[in-house]
Amino acid sequence: MVERNFHSNTSEARRKAAAWAGEPQPLIDLRNVVKTYNSLAGSVTALQGIALQVYSGEFLVVTGKSGSGKTTLVNMVTGLDRSTSGEIWVAGAPLHRFSTEKAAKLRGKTMGVVFQSFELLPTLTVLQNVMLPMDFARRYLLREQRQRAMQLLEQVDIAEHARKYPTALSGGQQQRLAIARAMANDPAILVADEPTGSLDSATATAVIDLFVDLVRQGRTILLVTHDKDVAKRGSRIVTLSDGEIVSSEAKGGTHA
Amino acid sequence: MLEVNLHRNPDKSRNGQKGEFNGRLVHLREVVKTYQSSAGTFTALKGIDLQVESGAFVSIIGKSGSGKSTLINVITGIDRPTSGEVIVDHVHIHALNEERIAIWRGRSIGVIFQFFQLLPTLTAVENILLAMDYGGQYPAAERPERALYLLELVGMADRAHRLPNSLSGGQQQCVAIARALANDPVLLTADEPTGNLDSKSAEMVFHLFENLAQAGKTILMVTHDNELAARAQRTIRLADGRIVDEFTNR
Repeated sequence: MVERNFHSNTSEARRKAAAWAGEPQPLIDLRNVVKTYNSLAGSVTALQGIALQVYSGEFLVVTGKSGSGKTTLVNMVTGLDRSTSGEIWVAGAPLHRFSTEKAAKLRGKTMGVVFQSFELLPTLTVLQNVMLPMDFARRYLLREQRQRAMQLLEQVDIAEHARKYPTALSGGQQQRLAIARAMANDPAILVADEPTGSLDSATATAVIDLFVDLVRQGRTILLVTHDKDVAKRGSRIVTLSDGEIVSSEAKGGTHA
Repeated sequence: MLEVNLHRNPDKSRNGQKGEFNGRLVHLREVVKTYQSSAGTFTALKGIDLQVESGAFVSIIGKSGSGKSTLINVITGIDRPTSGEVIVDHVHIHALNEERIAIWRGRSIGVIFQFFQLLPTLTAVENILLAMDYGGQYPAAERPERALYLLELVGMADRAHRLPNSLSGGQQQCVAIARALANDPVLLTADEPTGNLDSKSAEMVFHLFENLAQAGKTILMVTHDNELAARAQRTIRLADGRIVDEFTNR
């Protein structure tokens, strides 16, 4: 099913009224988000007024060709880059108004981020890489950290490699480790930018199976990919082209 | 240029002045590294003997697959030798377990990678503070000041609070070098630090290494760029897992 009205006109008052009425609130709410990059060669508008909501329990896949604005979208949602205009609400907080520092705090509390090239620290062991974000959030006591990190490594099926360094793992295992690290502080949302982009197809399938499992366990996922086979696994698929949403299809039609 | 003062206590520094300390900082004896895979076994290092004096700036060259990265990785303890001994700053690292190696490395070695490996969700200064948290060499109260000092040293002070993705490749590598210096390591290792940079940024980054060498840092650098390699004091050439050539430059 294709959504026709992509531009939400939800006002803050309506949002509050809806919350008061007990309607489900989106975990991520993008309102007319525009991102323009200025360079010597001129300006490029990577996102041209994006309206997008991600609800709790969804496995939302954003797909599109290279240059369609997918990574820019991830950078907006995670607060790793700032929008030129528009509003970005994450777990009810106005991320678009936050300083880099405040954005980092919100991200640390609500999100786990998974990158295409894993971004693990090569000088720390597998276990230490998972414990790292826990140090920052200070949600868990030190003795709990190690135990929780081991549980997460078990969940992604690489517990036996806990004492190795990332370079000793295969690409698929490194991405599993990155997913375990993303879950370190038990975030409401996992955001993944081309998580299978550096993996062969069999390994990619196994990593997506893991995401599907996590959604079944109640995790909310926003995943960006150019790979159609990966995209098919989402509960909703949004397609970007030239910085605009051109289609939105839901399996089962819950949020279309 | 800034006065380079990298040491906790310059008077007592182990390698503060060249020639002051005659010991060998890095000592490899008969180091062999064999990888096992489903395709069979592959021997990346075939009996390496190498000594690096404190304060030296050594470049390692050789074709792709000659064993350059493996050599760096056994020295930093990221990889284990199959046989032989690796001694760095009097520590027999081949005899330590992975966690002890990680603790030792955090304090003793600054590691620099081709692709920077900064954490994308932390700002420049936070990436450096993180290394200090792990190294535990400086009291917590001194860390922010030192982190900013190191960013100043590499010319990135005005970008301290920026996220890595808003910096150019050369700038990210400068931040990564500042991070490598966080705990005042006895040794800096760099695996193709200019391999992902345009020539202008590469020059900026390499010049930074030259300044650090002049300030007395011991540096081991893998590079495929022979011109840059020749600017180090000493060059080692690897081929097929063996040291086949070794010369002093200038």
